[in-house]
Amino acid sequence: MHRILQLLEQDARITPARIAKMLGMSEQQVNDSIRKYERDNVILGYKAVIDWSKIKRDNVTALIEVRVRPQTGAGFDELAQRIYNHKQVVDMYLMSGSFDFTIIVNGSSLQEVSRFVSENLAPMENIVSTSTHFVLKAYKNAGVDFNPVDEREDFRDD
Amino acid sequence: MIDYSSLISDKAKTIKTSGIRKFFDIVSTMEDAISLGVGEPDFQTPWQVRRAGIDSLQQGKTFYTSNWGLVDLRKEIAKYAWENYHLEYDYHKEIIVTVGGSEAIDNALRSFVSEGDEVLIPEPSFVCYTPLAIMAGGKPVPLKTRMEDGFKLTAETLKQAITPKTKVLIMPFPNNPTGAIMTREELEKIAAVLRGTNIVVISDEIYCELTYGGKKHVCFAELPGMRERTIVINGFSKSYAMTGWRLGWVMAPKEMLQPLVKIHQFGIMSAPTVSQFAGIEAMRTGKQDIKYMREQYDMRRRFMYQRLQEIGMPCFEPEGAFYIFPSIQNYMEDDEAFCDQLLRKKKVAVVPGSAFGESGRGHVRISYSYSMMHLETAMERIEEFIQEL
Repeated sequence: MHRILQLLEQDARITPARIAKMLGMSEQQVNDSIRKYERDNVILGYKAVIDWSKIKRDNVTALIEVRVRPQTGAGFDELAQRIYNHKQVVDMYLMSGSFDFTIIVNGSSLQEVSRFVSENLAPMENIVSTSTHFVLKAYKNAGVDFNPVDEREDFRDD
Repeated sequence: MIDYSSLISDKAKTIKTSGIRKFFDIVSTMEDAISLGVGEPDFQTPWQVRRAGIDSLQQGKTFYTSNWGLVDLRKEIAKYAWENYHLEYDYHKEIIVTVGGSEAIDNALRSFVSEGDEVLIPEPSFVCYTPLAIMAGGKPVPLKTRMEDGFKLTAETLKQAITPKTKVLIMPFPNNPTGAIMTREELEKIAAVLRGTNIVVISDEIYCELTYGGKKHVCFAELPGMRERTIVINGFSKSYAMTGWRLGWVMAPKEMLQPLVKIHQFGIMSAPTVSQFAGIEAMRTGKQDIKYMREQYDMRRRFMYQRLQEIGMPCFEPEGAFYIFPSIQNYMEDDEAFCDQLLRKKKVAVVPGSAFGESGRGHVRISYSYSMMHLETAMERIEEFIQEL
């Protein structure tokens, strides 16, 4: 269920009034649910999906595969925290397979991202190896197509 | 100079052009005008279905299929009928694939209507039944449905309309333009009237996947004694958002399907091959897509119904398809004038109810097959329009 969350995930700016009508609830109920989701950290934030390549702003994204030596007792989580606390890290996942973490890093230039890897990440204790892949082009992010198709085209121009 | 009007057949002269498109020519010339008029899904065909069509082209599958349609597709259709309605149709002899539901309706009417036969058509309903009945030589007989009855066909209305000349009854549910559906109990009352007769039923079930509030569509052939007299028409356009592929199907007892197969064989050959390959994929993997689209329509339906309530337009809560059919009689007599003024003053296009038959007069059809943003803006404009009247 969680229809409210589904609607917010599609469009974070949807109004409670609209949600209420769409789901057949009262506005009060919708507001209460949203507040509860926020309190319980189910909803963690509201963000826009931006195609930075459309405006003049230098932006580089890299996906970095990291292999680590987990510490006794603390496992992966403590190590992960030391990595994701860096503000350059925008996404981080623990992975199954041949490496341990995938981290997504944003920077304003190749140099900046490289510096982050060589100065902050690689020298960190218990890091075994890193492998950095730079993003060349964004096609889709957070479920949003970067080349959106307009609403249905009407071909019936008779 | 040729006098062209003297060349046109009498029947073709009798039929009128569709009243749906009338306002859309104006829309395209108006800046910032928005339409709530289109009767097709706003979703694109699911990607894996488009992919299957592309694959078939890449593999060079560009030939005619059997007149009946691809065997694999007919098998999927038979499976669909069994899973959804517990109806058995032999895919060798009781199913054909057509060029959309429209060909099927045309073909079915031509197969059973002789000159002067009466064709019972519940109204308001989709614009094609009357002209196609006329072209088949029949005499269209409208059966009025009313907002108070939820725009359902009642047994009384049917009974009163039946004469010795009655040949065909069209069953257009879930209904375009009203959004009405009919439950098993309600259909049973219709079946009870038909049981002692030889009336053929053409059941147009193109919107069968779009029913809301947990009410599952009932196929007319499911009712006891109805399979033997019913031509079930369905298609991919609305369920799978595949209007442009032009793909539909007919299920009927083999004796009844024979004339349709002949007409289809000579008039059409076979439905588009690329579409048939896509159709197989749609039926195999499209269930989740249907569910997603249905949920989206359902939310919009609730939104539209609520908004019309707020505005104060008397309205029947639709249970199927993607239309809502409010009455405008509190504001104006003439639905065409209402649509005309709404378009000129507030730049919103909707379709006059009278385009769907006399009993649609005094209503307008609003399609909610549009994005929420589009619907919200349109409803704000309609609200302003009503307040200024």
